[in-house]
Order: sequence, then structure tokens, then C-alpha cells
Amino acid sequence: MTISREDIEKVAVLARIRLDEEQIPALEKDLGNILSLVDQLSAADTDNVEPLAHPLDAVQRLRADEVTESNQREAFQAIAPATENGLYLVPRVIE
Amino acid sequence: MHNKSVAELARELESGKISSVELTREFLDRIKAEDSQYNSFITVTEDQAMADAKAADEQRAAGKAGVWTGVPFAHKDIFCTNGIATTCGSRMLANFVPPYDATVTANFRAAGAVCLGKTNMDEFAMGSSNESSYFGPVTNPWGRSNGEKRVPGGSSGGSAAAIAARLIPAATATDTGGSIRQPAALCGITGLKPTYGRVSRFGMIAFASSLDQGGTMARTAEDNALMLNVMAGVDPQDSTSADRSVPDYTATLNEPLKGLRVGLPKEYFSDQLSPAMEQQVRNAVKEYEKLGAIVKEVSLPHANLAIAAYYVIAPAEASANLSRFDGVRYGYRCENPQDLNDMYTRTRAEGFGGEVKRRILVGTYALSAGYFDAYYLKAQKVRRLIQQDFINAFKDVDVLMSPVSPSPAFVQGEKTSDPVTMYLEDIFTIAVNLAGVPAMSVPAGFVDGLPIGLQIIGNYFDEARLLNAAHQFQQVTDWHQKLPQ
Amino acid sequence: MQWDIVIGLEIHVQLATKTKIFSGSSTAFGAEPNTQASAVDLAMPGTLPVPNEQAFRYAVMFGLAVNADIGRRSVFDRKNYFYPDSPKGYQTTQLDHPIVGPGFVDIDLADGSRKRVRIHHAHLEEDAGKSLHEDFEGMTGIDLNRAGTPLIEIVTEPDLNNAEEAVAFAKKLHSLVSSLGICDGDMSQGSLRFDVNISLKPKGSDTLGTRTETKNLNSFRFMEQAIAHEVDRQMDILEDGGRIVQETRLYNGDRDESRSMRSKEEANDYRYFPCPDLLPVVIDDAFIQSARDLLPELPEARKERFKEQYGLNEYDARLLSDDAGLAAFFEETAKHGKDAKLAANWVLGEFTARMNAEDKTVARAPITGVQLGQLVARIADNTVSSSGAKKVFDALWSGKSTHADDVIEAQGLKQVSDSGALEQMVDEVLAEMPDQVAQYQQETDPKKQKKMLGGFMGPLMKASKGQGNPKLFTEILLKKLNG
Repeated sequence: MTISREDIEKVAVLARIRLDEEQIPALEKDLGNILSLVDQLSAADTDNVEPLAHPLDAVQRLRADEVTESNQREAFQAIAPATENGLYLVPRVIE
Repeated sequence: MHNKSVAELARELESGKISSVELTREFLDRIKAEDSQYNSFITVTEDQAMADAKAADEQRAAGKAGVWTGVPFAHKDIFCTNGIATTCGSRMLANFVPPYDATVTANFRAAGAVCLGKTNMDEFAMGSSNESSYFGPVTNPWGRSNGEKRVPGGSSGGSAAAIAARLIPAATATDTGGSIRQPAALCGITGLKPTYGRVSRFGMIAFASSLDQGGTMARTAEDNALMLNVMAGVDPQDSTSADRSVPDYTATLNEPLKGLRVGLPKEYFSDQLSPAMEQQVRNAVKEYEKLGAIVKEVSLPHANLAIAAYYVIAPAEASANLSRFDGVRYGYRCENPQDLNDMYTRTRAEGFGGEVKRRILVGTYALSAGYFDAYYLKAQKVRRLIQQDFINAFKDVDVLMSPVSPSPAFVQGEKTSDPVTMYLEDIFTIAVNLAGVPAMSVPAGFVDGLPIGLQIIGNYFDEARLLNAAHQFQQVTDWHQKLPQ
Repeated sequence: MQWDIVIGLEIHVQLATKTKIFSGSSTAFGAEPNTQASAVDLAMPGTLPVPNEQAFRYAVMFGLAVNADIGRRSVFDRKNYFYPDSPKGYQTTQLDHPIVGPGFVDIDLADGSRKRVRIHHAHLEEDAGKSLHEDFEGMTGIDLNRAGTPLIEIVTEPDLNNAEEAVAFAKKLHSLVSSLGICDGDMSQGSLRFDVNISLKPKGSDTLGTRTETKNLNSFRFMEQAIAHEVDRQMDILEDGGRIVQETRLYNGDRDESRSMRSKEEANDYRYFPCPDLLPVVIDDAFIQSARDLLPELPEARKERFKEQYGLNEYDARLLSDDAGLAAFFEETAKHGKDAKLAANWVLGEFTARMNAEDKTVARAPITGVQLGQLVARIADNTVSSSGAKKVFDALWSGKSTHADDVIEAQGLKQVSDSGALEQMVDEVLAEMPDQVAQYQQETDPKKQKKMLGGFMGPLMKASKGQGNPKLFTEILLKKLNG
């Protein structure tokens, strides 16, 4: 299994990771090797096998609708990269 | 004192022969003097530890001490600690000081244990050698005689090395594909990965949510039992934690092993294992036969597919779990972002290391349109086949035994050139995570002067039986007592 | 060329739970930015979601109200995309196993016809935070108080064929979720937000055209305008021989313009997969019953009951039953007013007109249903004339008095209904108007006779100082004149 440069670039856009040109050849090799390893899956006979999302056959517990959280903005924003007037600041979002 | 186990230290504290302040001071001094050789700690919390030790001594004086009151230990730097840096081995979180505790952290606090710091790890727990940490590699205390530096295994390599070097008697750890068992084996200590859901994941920074499990590391099985007593239990903050009663794991340590049915999965004794490794593992199994165990060969027919399934599921989950590291609310943000996309892409390019980025890219690819069925869905189906293998095996036997890793500790840099070579380190451990069953690594001898581990795998929620089996083995062997030179 | 319009709606409804869908943070509106954003809402490392039971109960209530199948085993998925108001980098939603399966809603159209609109499904998901673009130089401010507010997203089949139907459906849905009490219904705060999928196809064709999605319409008026605008836009393109591009569009109601949101479309691959932090939610019979027990009477059932119990026509019954508050007001009025149809006329007439004129809601009206009912009772038993009743209503509305009888007494509005006294007045008036009596009796056209009758009423009302019962006057007049 190989992965093309275009695929790598597309996936990097989806994952929001900037790649420099010189990183791409090594990634083509490494990701290609990983995908070759993963391709062993295609040999498995999985007809009529249900996918397993979770090791325990358990069901979700639900929480009562009661307020349990209090305002901790000061503590949370003390570790934020940029805030102003209680808001998190990011570079201008253009829709 | 630093050669004593948690159980022994607890007795010393109980008898009044030593105070927690003295004990804490001794371990802190050892960390200061020795850890420059190993780099097993990212953060040492000296002041906090001394304050906690003093409080523990006061509590004891007031007659309110438990087993853990005043006993020093450390947390893998993946567990959030209120007010103490929690880096997950990453530049992304190098400046992250959480304003909350993980449930595991809170449990140890409540038990009165004294945390001395946060141990080094592969970045975001992705690795089998502890070479992917932003804070530098960890060196195994074993195998340094001819000037070589060997890996401690990973991702919980800092915890394992610190225990092996007697810098700490016990440490928390996590295991997503072998990250407790493999470093425990390579460092000659005892580690337990509990059943998925046995220990809360709240506040434990996620790598792959359906595989991650917090667990224990110490020199002895008994100490692992003491740790699990503190850690196990349902947590309303973790929907995937199991709502099952928690036994006293020390209560059954001395049960006789007569009649214990042991299965040896033939797929784990293949030609991937060196004859010397195989011999040591088979010798360990013979000890069990002497203790009355009945040994038979079993089969896990889909074992050979575990690595492939894992390297789809784990990166896929990780690709989403690590999306929250975006430079907006906490953690690293790149300098002078030009626009929003520049902030995202440079923050993540600069904040994550190579292995983390590789796995995010693989996971993103496996989930993307057109590949989902062939990769993710297929891997989940194979995951069920693997789980079924274990369910079938446990119809006939009580525990499975196998090697932990294909080889003992290797030299730093030896397996970093090709990620797949590194992934094969976990060939005997990964299926356990896919199935969600518990497993231990127990010191079982030496190959070329380096420690190796015996893996004992149990049925769901059968940790007590694993600990019993490991403890009985440690009554008749002394591999776990050996000291690195 | 003639075109068929095909419209489907996606409606985001904020559920009126006290806390968020996955954390115990308050959802109260209007708090200072980020003061209701907990570690879970901020996607702090290691934090995990725990679902809110009430969000599921509300979703099931909705499902029951739209005759839908309830998802007995629903599963949360992650929808992956980066945006600053989405703290985890994915939205937790339900893709393949939603809590509410197929159902339907019937809507009534202006021409009196009724149409069934199928619901494809409704799923639970979390709302995003808000981006504030003003006030920061070159920067955007992020408020995550709204992040994690529970939503149900309701997806219809493309069963709607024009703006009128779409708006009728939207209004019906608004009334429904408000009546259920699962949503506060406050559209100005975004409690309901509509996305409209529109396509055109040649009249009678079976093949659907390419659709566009116009997002985030938060008023019925904008929705109507946006549909008209988009239909025109697509028609112009198609009639010029062009092709419709499948895209998301943003409508600006103030300017009646729309534009493509290409940025949202770019590399649109959400990589859905089941959320491994959450387990399947199993809904059992007892849970469904607990939701059923909370169901109030729904507008449709109420309308039928109003027709049956009060003898109202379809139109009045619908107007009175859509809003739970108005319906309760009407029932009070009817109960104390003795005459339900008269009560309906007053509630829909004077009362509604006054509320609209003064921009009041039923809850804040200065008059109660009981008070209006007491007035209606006096109209019904002929104590007060309809013109007198308006004066009584004014007095009650302005707060000068709290009981109709007091006003009638104080202002002397009581009608004279003593037939002996009225007959005497008629005799006196007719005696003074012999020419008109003669004219009336010679006239053969009943219509003209009826008009001439009015000529006697003025002097009669004057003689009775406005307190004679007009109905009785008319009866006596006819008897005397027709001999």
C-alpha cells in the first residue's frame, strides 16, 4: 500500500498540521509502511461479524439534570494563550 | 529504606520506625542525586511533597492513617494534577497546569499518599521506547555496564525506570497497547494493566479512548494490589468506567495455585521470539507447574491481526482526541499567527512531535471518506474476532501466559528509523487492549543480563487472580528483587 | 418553464434543560462570557462527557408527539471539524442511530387543506459556542457558554412545496416544542434555528434537482423571504441554462441577499465515527412511559377537544389551541362566561386585538380569563349590550375595576329587559311617528322594511337612555307594526 503526496497533503489539511515540503518524502515512506502493515486486515474473513466499538458490553449511564458546575473562568483563563473581557481570543474568523 | 516495597514501607511508617517526612526526604534526595542518569522525571514537586509528608505524619499522629498514608510514589505525567504541570510528554502541554485532578490523582490524595512528581513518558503515550518525549529520552537503569544506553520501554518508561532505579517505590502508569507491561518487563519490575473500565479515565489525558487504561507499577505484585485498591472503581465522571464492586486485591494474594489452569497461546511462542527469550518464559511456566498449575497449549487464531487492527483504531481515535489541542484555550500557541488557519496548522506542527503527527495523519486518513469501511470498520470487525479468541480461550483456562516483548531492552536509537519496527515491540501485548482484558508483566529472568517479563493475561475483571498468581510466583523466585548495577 | 419547488427543513431546537448535554454547567441565558463553561465544555485534557438524562427524556417526548419510532439504542458519533467555537475539534452528535426515528406532523394550510410532512429523524447533539467579531482589533472573541447546550436536530423529508408550507410547518413545530415545554421557543435568542434545503425540478418531473442549503434562519419572516429569494435565484440560473451548485448559503434578511459559504464547503470531510467516550444509550419501556407521563395536551388534540366540547368551528378552534397560554385563557373565559362561542369571539376579537396593539403576551395581560368570563356572562344574559360591554372591557383592561358587574353598576350600563316597560316606550314612540308607521306598513319589499325598522330604533334608544335591550325592542316593534 502506498499513500500519495496528494493524500498526505489532503489529510494534513483536515488534521490542521502544517507540513514543510522536505517532510513529505519521509512521511510518504513511513505512512506507506504503516498502511502496508494495516493492509493485513484485508485478509481477514469478517463476513457476518459485527464491529466492536467497545470492549465491555455495557450501556450508557445518564446523569440527573442538576447544575453541579460553578464559575471557574478565572482559573481556566489563567492558562489560556490569549483572553480579553472574559473571551478567548483567536485570529479574526472570516465566514 | 529505598529498597523496600510499599507494603514494607507502610509497616515501617505504622511502627513509627520512620516518619513520612524522613522517607520523603530520602527519596527526593535520591531523585536529585541519581535522576540525571535516567531522566525519569519531568517534574519533581519537592515542596508540595514535603508539605504532604508533614500532613501525613500529623494524620498518623491523630490516629487516622491508612496503608498509603505518607508513602511516597509518583504519577505518570498523563494524569492531571491540580496546580502541578501535566505535560503528557509534549511541547503542546509543556506549560499546562490543570486546575483539576484526575480521579486517580484525587484517589491517591484521599488515601494520603505523597506524590513526589510526574514521570517521563512517550509523547501522548505514543511509543514503546520513551524516545518520543519532548523532555528527552529515558535511560533504562539496566544494561549500562558497557557504556550503552538502553530504552526503558514505553510509553510509561519514566515510571518503570524510576522504580527500577529505586527512586520511587511505586508509580501510576497507563497502557493502550502495552505501555505498562512492556516497560515493566524491560525494567525488571511488576506492572498491571487492569480490565478496560476498571480504573477511571477522567483526567487521564486520552490517547485512544476505547483502549486506554490506567494501571499500576511497583516492584512486587503485592504493591500492585495495594495500588489497585486505591485506583479501581466506578466513576460518575467516566461513562466507560465499570459499575462493579471492587474486592480487596490483597485479600487473595496467598491463595494456593494448585489446579490453576494455565494456557500458553501457541501464536505467542512463534519464531518472532528468540530461543533465549522463549527458554526464560518456559522456565517461568515450569515454576507454576511446580506450584500446582496445569498447563496446556491454547490458540488465539486472530492474534496475528492485532497489530494491524490496533494501528487503525488507536490512530483514528487519537486523531479526534488530539483535535482539542488547537492553541485556543490552553497549551501551546505558535508565535504571531497570521490568521486562524496559520494558528491551527503551525500550533499543531510545532506543538506535536513526529510520532504523534504520524499517528494523527494515519488516523485521519483511516476515517476519511472512501477509506472508512476498508480501514476503520474492518478493524472493528477484526477487533471482535480477537475478543472472541480470548472469550473462547477462557472457557478452558484461568489465565494465559506468554512473553511480554519479543526481545529485552534495546539500545536507544536502534528502532527509531522505521515506525513499524517499533510497533512490532507490542506484538504480544496489543491484543489484550483490543479485547479489554487485564494482564500483568512479572519479572521472569534475564537474557544477556537484561530483565525480561512474563505476561499473565486474565479474564475480564479477574485482576485478583492475576495478582494472586504473580504474588505466589514472587514467593518462589527473586527476579523482582534484582538490582541494576 | 414551470417548476416544482422541493423543500426540506433541518431545525435545531435548543432543549430547555437546566444543564448541558454532557456536563453539569448551567444553560441559563445571558451569563457573562465563559462563566458557564466547565472543564468538560472547554475540552480540557482528560475530561469526559456524561450525558444528561433530561435531554433524552425531552427528545423522547418530541418523538412521541410526532408519532415517531423511538431509538431504543442510540449511539453518539464524533463529527470532526476545526472551528474556534467547537472546543473538542469535533461535535458529538448522532449519525446512524438517532434517538428519534421516522414520524410525521400534519400542517393546516390557509385554504383549509391539511398536509402531512414526514420527519426523517431527529437526533441529539451539542450546540457550539459563539464567535464575537466586534470590539477586538483583528481578533475574534470566543464565548463558550453555549457550547454543549443540548439540541435536537429535526430533519424533515423534502415534503414541502412552497414558502407558505414551510412557514406553516415551522410555526407548527415552534408551537409543538413550546407546548411540550422542551424548548423556551425564544427565536430571538436562537432557541430554534432553521436550515432550508431547496431544489427545483421541471413541473411533474420525478428527478430531484440539485439542492442548496440556506443556514441559520431564526425568524419565520426571514425564512419566507429566504425561500422566495432562493427560488428566484435558482429559477433565474436554470432558465438561463445554468446549473445549480450544491452548496451552503447564508441569507442576509436585512438586505434580502444571499451568498455562498464556500469556506464551510472546503474539504468537507467530517470523518464521523462512534464516540469511544460514550456507550450506547438504551431506552426502555419505563423511560418512554416517564416521557409520556410528562406530555401535556398537544395543540392538535386540544383543537379537536375545543370543537367537540365548545362547539367551535375549525378556524376558531385552531387559533385558540395553538398556544397553550391562550388556550388556557379561553377555557377560563368560557367557564365563567356561560356561552363558549361568545367567549371565543371576545378572546379572539377584543382581547387579541388589544394585546397586539399593546404588544402584550397572555401571561402579562392586565385582565384574567375569569374577569373576561364574568363580562361575557353579562352579555350572554342580556344584562349589557355589546356596545356597553366594550366600555366594561375598557374599564377592566385599564385596571379601573376588577369585576364586570361593578362597572355595569357604576356606569349604569344595565340594559332594560322588562318587556312591559319596553312595550310602553314602543307605543309612545310609534304614536309620535304615524307617517313612518304608515310608510312601513305599505312597503312590500322586506329588505326596505328592515331598513325602515332602524328608523325607529334611534328614538327608542333615546327614550330608554341607551339602556333598552335592542333585541327585545326589535321583537316588540315587529309585533306592533305587523299587527
